[in-house]
Amino acid sequence: MNPVPGTLNSKPRIAVHKFASCDGCQLAFLNLGEDLLTLARMVDIVHFAEAGPVNPEAAVDIAFIEGSISTPEDLERIRRIRANSRQLVTIGACATAGGVQALRNFADAGEWIASIYAKPEYIESLATSTPIAQHVKVDLEIWGCPVSGRQVLAAVRALLSGVPPWLEKDKVCLECKRQQTVCVMVTRGLPCMGPVTRTGCGAICPAFGRDCYACYGPAENPNTESLARRLEGLGLVPEAVARRFHFINAQAPAFAEAGARRGKVSRD
Amino acid sequence: MTESRHIPVKVPVLARVEGEGTLELRVHDGTIEDLRLRIFEPPRMFEKLLEGRDYTEVPDMVARICGICPVAYQMSAVHAIENLFGVEPGPWVRDMRRVFYCGEWIQSHSLHIHMLAAPDFLGYSSVVEMAGKYAPEVRRGLKLQALGNDIIRLLGARSVHPVGARVGGFHHAPKPEEVSALLEKLHAALPEAEALVRWTAAFDLPLQEQDFTCVALRHPREYPMNAGRLVSDHGLDIPADRFEAHFTEQQLSHSTALHCRLDGKPYLVGPLARLNLNLDRLPDPVRTLVDGLDIRFPSRNMHHSIVARAIEIVVAIRVAINLLESYQEPQRPYVEIRPRAGSGVGCTEAPRGLLWHRYELDAHGKLVSARIVPPTSQNQARIEDDLRQSLQSFGLNQREEALRHFGERVIRNYDPCISCATHFLELRIT
Repeated sequence: MNPVPGTLNSKPRIAVHKFASCDGCQLAFLNLGEDLLTLARMVDIVHFAEAGPVNPEAAVDIAFIEGSISTPEDLERIRRIRANSRQLVTIGACATAGGVQALRNFADAGEWIASIYAKPEYIESLATSTPIAQHVKVDLEIWGCPVSGRQVLAAVRALLSGVPPWLEKDKVCLECKRQQTVCVMVTRGLPCMGPVTRTGCGAICPAFGRDCYACYGPAENPNTESLARRLEGLGLVPEAVARRFHFINAQAPAFAEAGARRGKVSRD
Repeated sequence: MTESRHIPVKVPVLARVEGEGTLELRVHDGTIEDLRLRIFEPPRMFEKLLEGRDYTEVPDMVARICGICPVAYQMSAVHAIENLFGVEPGPWVRDMRRVFYCGEWIQSHSLHIHMLAAPDFLGYSSVVEMAGKYAPEVRRGLKLQALGNDIIRLLGARSVHPVGARVGGFHHAPKPEEVSALLEKLHAALPEAEALVRWTAAFDLPLQEQDFTCVALRHPREYPMNAGRLVSDHGLDIPADRFEAHFTEQQLSHSTALHCRLDGKPYLVGPLARLNLNLDRLPDPVRTLVDGLDIRFPSRNMHHSIVARAIEIVVAIRVAINLLESYQEPQRPYVEIRPRAGSGVGCTEAPRGLLWHRYELDAHGKLVSARIVPPTSQNQARIEDDLRQSLQSFGLNQREEALRHFGERVIRNYDPCISCATHFLELRIT
């Protein structure tokens, strides 16, 4: 990739920005160990508040975005970041699908306020938590709660080399087959979300003898209706089926829809 | 003649802390007129999101409160729910939870020491800059951080939002050969961690004693992690379920994190408070190591927090070695649960201090209400107190840049993890 105009002969510049999130996807960088030092030699990390550099308005080649849009100020900030960035990459479920906090999008805002607000309001917040792509153009979305360092490094490499990054879109089921993990749904009747969930996690839940809970979001062409019926066949009531879809990636369209078909998650 | 000096010191984004916050300071005629640690991390309203969920979903959900200490959230949650159900998962689960927690302490403390705090004491702005001159030390830190992550992975499959914990125990028991491989790494890391303690103790740490109350868990025999009574160095000694009788949270206009107070006063939680209150619970070799330092504990100097963190890494490595040396694969890594209605409390020691949870469930095991008090909201009032005192003695006539830098350093001693602003506060929905 050519450097940002005006910074000829310099290293590619990257930034890591945070919105509403748990900070866990930034750890994909901070847990890299020795590779973090290598990365820092290959690129200029110009903004990454948790790691030290603070320069939120800098022009960069790649901006990594963690977190969802949930305040009016966030809206302004993400637009400025987009304007300053040649490529914008979302990392994780919050930035890519609104995150677990997007469960609040199902709440009726009016009811919500009436039930809780007795005192003056101090904090500005939007009624919804939304993914970055709903507000600005996103060049690459990396799914996962959390994303893995391997995915993020591979994306950096690809983007810097000017080739389209390769992303996993397969279902967790395929990963289980590759690893020869015994199917927890077939053998133990667990309500596994693997048949509709994107892999990239390494299918760790079935390998640990438990059901996948869809933290990597929807796979390509997920047959959610068929899975929903299967989950009902395993004894889940419709409301419990809805909760399976409405969890970490509740606002991913395929999951939002599948959950809504079984009735929204009640919260009262 | 007094010159009126009115300098707003604004640190718009605090660097090297987890989550987002700002410090605002107004100085007038040599005194602090206004000081606010503003935490504006957008509230994610976890306590509200949890309502209506099944108890089995809670460990996976609360992990998402903090990517740096998900184990702590999972542990306080499973203890609270087991407390509610009246379940005792037995010694294997208890031991493995302690090992799991050791992993998180090692990971989180190493990350804080090397990436967030040490650059302050050595005059760098980031670990990457520091790695030039301090390459061996930075490598040692990265290795310790990786070791912590390895321990979490042993029981949780991944280090951020691990998937192994469940109410009643674990989903999966590690194989003895995995445990042996990890034990080798732990033994190799022990001298490195001890060297880390001596390294941090030799930093040129400011000498600044302050008066504050320490609060931590205390266990009859162990250095506290998952169990114990809530104690302070001012006479508090209560079981965890009496928390709400003594600790109250207050909402302030400038922060999305609530300020928690003990009998109306600020207090400290976290590594320094834990160490100050539990010196006699250190494993013997660690006690010897600590006694050999030039720093005396209990300490009233908040800058000694970094040393306390390093000491706790050694504690965690030793505890993990101890528990894993006698590892045996269990028949089943969890006990069966039968839900019942009620409310239960769980309190554990997160890397940053006390993490208190209370849940109310209905007869089907669905969540009716949740209350979560994270360590950063407990430390917030103490941080502001500290800033007021230490900036005053640092000298308010200093350059703005120097004041800003000093303020940030003081805040970092507490390793504030601002993402954990879980509470549901007053919001303006626009």
